[in-house]
Amino acid sequence: MTHATQTVDQMRPPSPAEPGAGVYSNKLGMWVFLASDVMFFTALIGSYIVLRFGLSSPWAQPGAVLNVPLTGLNTFLLICSSVSMVKAYAAIADGKKYFLRKVPGKRLQDGGLKFWLLVTIICGAGFVGVQLIEYIKLVGHGFTPTGYREGSLLAEHALADPLKYGKEAAGMYGSAFFTMTGFHGFHVTCGVISMLYLYFTKVLPEKYSAQDYRGIEVIGLYWHFVDLVWIILFTIVYLI
Amino acid sequence: MTTSPAPVTHVRPNYIRIWLYLFVMTVAEVLLAFELPVGRNMKLILLLILAIWKALLVALFFMHLKFERWRLRLIFIVPLPLAAILVTTVIMEKLR
Repeated sequence: MTHATQTVDQMRPPSPAEPGAGVYSNKLGMWVFLASDVMFFTALIGSYIVLRFGLSSPWAQPGAVLNVPLTGLNTFLLICSSVSMVKAYAAIADGKKYFLRKVPGKRLQDGGLKFWLLVTIICGAGFVGVQLIEYIKLVGHGFTPTGYREGSLLAEHALADPLKYGKEAAGMYGSAFFTMTGFHGFHVTCGVISMLYLYFTKVLPEKYSAQDYRGIEVIGLYWHFVDLVWIILFTIVYLI
Repeated sequence: MTTSPAPVTHVRPNYIRIWLYLFVMTVAEVLLAFELPVGRNMKLILLLILAIWKALLVALFFMHLKFERWRLRLIFIVPLPLAAILVTTVIMEKLR
């Protein structure tokens, strides 16, 4: 696959590198944290696979309990937030600290760090909001971490069609679903709070420059990782 | 002690095009899961390939792993075989 160039400029390291891995310590620290987070999510996904395929009774079929179109929209939001994050990174690497600026000869205004980071925060907060709505609806229909609540809509459906709704394994399914998506949602929430903090303390006062934008690069790495994990979770939990 | 390396010179990827790839692949995943008449095993394999492909696009181009030094890439790559060992061991224990 080829990737055409948007701008033929050079990407500079945001600050002097340090010995060892050849990157500044904040970035190295984030990469080490992400490596540990890979193991954390692998443990969750591994447990999910073992629980799901190790049981003799099948789990609910894809789309039977979970709202896939709503989650598809959420996936789209997170992908958009990832691209806006990388645009924020590219903007400050080019020294664009502003919100929006008119470019002669172009209809669309050029976005700077303040604009793209705000877009990322809004998309991230939107993701958390949609996930909360999803949880509220699921619990309302009777899908809880302990399985289908007695007397609920889903419990009735499961009685009528035990195979489609995975009646026997509902408890396992509920606990695995809420644990995995809950931990991911927690990561997204932490990312949104961190970006809000950076936005008000560093971005709005214009403390970042083309020479030093370490905070943006480090929070960007975290944010893209959260997106990457969701890409895997969406497929495993919602589609398979 | 800090040292100032020579500027890293590489062409910036077209982020919007990568976003488009991610969007198209997500739509393809949903269609594959619910609309297309594909066998269960083939569906499983195709969905996993699409998910890994999307994850790679994010890691390589949004996280700039493609342009990082090998020493830094290793930090991210090393846990992956460990993760595979973890999952395989747990599955084998379950099957025993």
